[in-house]
Amino acid sequence: MELKSNIPEGPLAEKWTRYRSSVPLVNPANKRHLEVIVVGSGLAGASAASTLAELGYKVKVFCFQDSARRAHSIAAQGGINAAKNYQNDGDSTYRLFYDTIKGGDYRSREANVHRLAEVSGNIIDQCVAQGVPFAREYGGLLSNRSFGGVQVQRTFYAAGQTGQQLLLGAYSALMRQVGMGKIAMYSRHEMLDVVVIDGKARGIIARNLITGKLERHFGHAVLLCTGGYGNVFYLSTNAMGSNVTAAWKAHKKGAFFANPCFTQIHPTCIPVSGDHQSKLTLMSESLRNDGRIWVPKKKGDARPANDIPEDERDYYLERRYPAFGNLVPRDVASRAAKERCDAGYGVGPSKMAVYLDYASAFERYGQIEAAKQGLVDPDKETIKRLGKEVVKEKYGNLFDMYEQITGENPYETPMRIYPAVHYTMGGLWVDYDLMTTVPGLYALGECNFSDHGANRLGASALMQGLADGYFVIPYTIGSYLSKEISTKAIPTDHPAFEEAERNTQAQIDRLLNVKGSRSVDYYHKKLGKITWDKCGMARNEQGLKEAIGEIKALREEFWQNVRVPGDQHELNPELEKAGRLADFLELAELMCMDALHRNESCGGHFREEYQTADGEALRDDENFSYVAAWEYKGEAGYELHKEHLTFENIKIAQRSYK
Amino acid sequence: MKLTLKVWRQKNREAKGAFETHQIDGISPDMSFLEMFDVLNEKLINEGKEPIAFDHDCREGICGTCSMFINGRPHGPKRGITTCQLHMRSFQDGDTIVVEPWRAGPFPVIKDLVVDRSAFDRIIASGGFVSVNTGNAQDANSIPVAKEDADDAFDAAACIGCGACVAACKNASAMLFVSAKMSQLAHLPQGQPERRRRALAMVAQMDKEGFGNCTNTYACEAECPKLISVSNIALMNREYLGATVKSDE
Repeated sequence: MELKSNIPEGPLAEKWTRYRSSVPLVNPANKRHLEVIVVGSGLAGASAASTLAELGYKVKVFCFQDSARRAHSIAAQGGINAAKNYQNDGDSTYRLFYDTIKGGDYRSREANVHRLAEVSGNIIDQCVAQGVPFAREYGGLLSNRSFGGVQVQRTFYAAGQTGQQLLLGAYSALMRQVGMGKIAMYSRHEMLDVVVIDGKARGIIARNLITGKLERHFGHAVLLCTGGYGNVFYLSTNAMGSNVTAAWKAHKKGAFFANPCFTQIHPTCIPVSGDHQSKLTLMSESLRNDGRIWVPKKKGDARPANDIPEDERDYYLERRYPAFGNLVPRDVASRAAKERCDAGYGVGPSKMAVYLDYASAFERYGQIEAAKQGLVDPDKETIKRLGKEVVKEKYGNLFDMYEQITGENPYETPMRIYPAVHYTMGGLWVDYDLMTTVPGLYALGECNFSDHGANRLGASALMQGLADGYFVIPYTIGSYLSKEISTKAIPTDHPAFEEAERNTQAQIDRLLNVKGSRSVDYYHKKLGKITWDKCGMARNEQGLKEAIGEIKALREEFWQNVRVPGDQHELNPELEKAGRLADFLELAELMCMDALHRNESCGGHFREEYQTADGEALRDDENFSYVAAWEYKGEAGYELHKEHLTFENIKIAQRSYK
Repeated sequence: MKLTLKVWRQKNREAKGAFETHQIDGISPDMSFLEMFDVLNEKLINEGKEPIAFDHDCREGICGTCSMFINGRPHGPKRGITTCQLHMRSFQDGDTIVVEPWRAGPFPVIKDLVVDRSAFDRIIASGGFVSVNTGNAQDANSIPVAKEDADDAFDAAACIGCGACVAACKNASAMLFVSAKMSQLAHLPQGQPERRRRALAMVAQMDKEGFGNCTNTYACEAECPKLISVSNIALMNREYLGATVKSDE
């Protein structure tokens, strides 16, 4: 099978406009008869579902949470990018496009990324119209801040809760349509299979998580907006329930999985405190705006941070990357932290942490504030106090969060941070229309692979989720559904529905009948250790080969010895977790295979064999300038398909932030 | 740390529930309250018993899923945090901790500590939005909003919909939740056109769900993990009164 990306003809900047003017439309009377299933209710899902319902389609939305408002987009902190150029600092659609391609280390598709940059401004308009309370200046206009990998201020934010506010905006639009009867909402439902009839996606099998009953739902098209697979590492900043199941089931039904090894490790998370740890907490990247990252110059220096004098501190990001300093992209910042800790300069009880220090920000803001208040010759303490107040206003909730988790006061001592798994750039392969290799099956948001290449820039996930849902799918779905207007709803007693339900039931029975001796979490933690150690921030051939063997063995043991208490026909969180882990155990192997086959370093994928003399990622554009799209072949394994990336508008260069 | 836990167990919505007592050892003060429950559940599974069902997801205090009533208080003894942000360093070695689900008529128990909060979704669906279809918006900076108003709107919008306010209230009133959404939109120009309609619709749905009335004990504000202020309730009362007087519906 040949991969067709279906990128429209024409100059880059005109592709999307031309596409919109020529894509077939569906008339309103026909929309009423076309049913669309949306799985997932985060930014991508809620925005797609509400917009499609507004257009007149019949929509069903599924989420495993108890309410659509709890999807994990809610936890995004820092902000959302848009090329508004409100700051008059030289931003433009092209610059956002360029920064995103470069930030992704030249492994994403030009046309998709340009479209993303084009619609970015509309997203901000839409959210403001919904009543999203973005941060504002005293003049009443919107405020912006900087993020990593970028030299303009284009990030819009709502304190450290931007994802929450954007999601609640999308959720309110979704619930409005629910209230009008145009969307049927199925919360506490988990999608467990895609139903494919005559080669097209025609519905899903979902489990009602309260009654345990399997349900069949028909749709003319199915949209997967189910997020990323970061929990394959067990410890990540993802929510406990975030999982790959919907995407993986789709993969097994014919949707190719692209670039699974492109995973993002976020540089600023609170370090692991012990074996009991169930998840990791991010400290927003926005903190790198004002904080300075350092480790002691002396190996194993055990003095408290505040006792280490200025000239004995190594501000290693500023030293290595003078142009971007503390605002280098995430992959670069993460690797630099790992490098220092591995070399023995780490701090804190585990020695696997670096300092994020606000002392100079307190002083800088304090002086500005003192000048504003007209204080003459203020003493150091006054300046510090004033500066702390300013920082509190900007980042107060993040500082509080740090204190709750660690029990330390970050206003008095520098925070300790360490990288953690945060986002997955890989995902289901989609064409320009966001359609997977299964006709009628779409993937939106983090669930697809399309826009971030090998590394995502901060504040771009929210942008992509909402772009896909509000402004892309409402157009592109017409290209498919306009050909489906005479397709009648297929009754769910169709043999394909029966077979899909039978297979789902068989897996549930199998999980419940192992009746082994170890819990699901036991296996999940083991899997996490393998993937983090051997397919995490740095990878090498030997480690990946070992990991593949270990994952296979672990999967076998899981199916022989897992214990899933309770039964199917009740609320059974252990059964839910077991099903999700079974899929992670398969995905993990493919992720390592993908990492092993990609003999280069790019973005978040750092193969130790491929680095420059000064330790930077060394790409191999000649041999690896492609999207690796894997086809599931059952027992026979996976077949690799390549979508070659061509860059007509950007000159490929070694990414430099020096 | 060594602890005694008295936990509410209830098979399903119809079943009669009861407290069950568990001893647990080896708890680190750095664990979160939910991680302590993970340890307990792991122990139960290894002993061949049924683990305790509880709601949780993001474990960083923002999704609003976790919902434990700990020693008689929603989200436990500390102010301004959710259950997942509560750490065991807030307890003493040897403590006995009582854990219950949210108790309120409109939040029926689904299993053990898990309750059904879909009433909140229905209240939002009745009017907690601005009616603006995608594509209708004008440039975001075309309507300036005073920073003070934007900040007030944000403070109200910080509500995570966890339901602690209802659980804390002796009347099971949802007025802090409802008023937070109403107040967010009332503070913004975008919320003005539907202001009266929204107030009437949301209050009607709130009553229909069976939530009680507010008798000004302020327990909701004291227990709210996001410190949403009761001044929103005063605003809501004004919104509702104004809407009733002016409405001819």
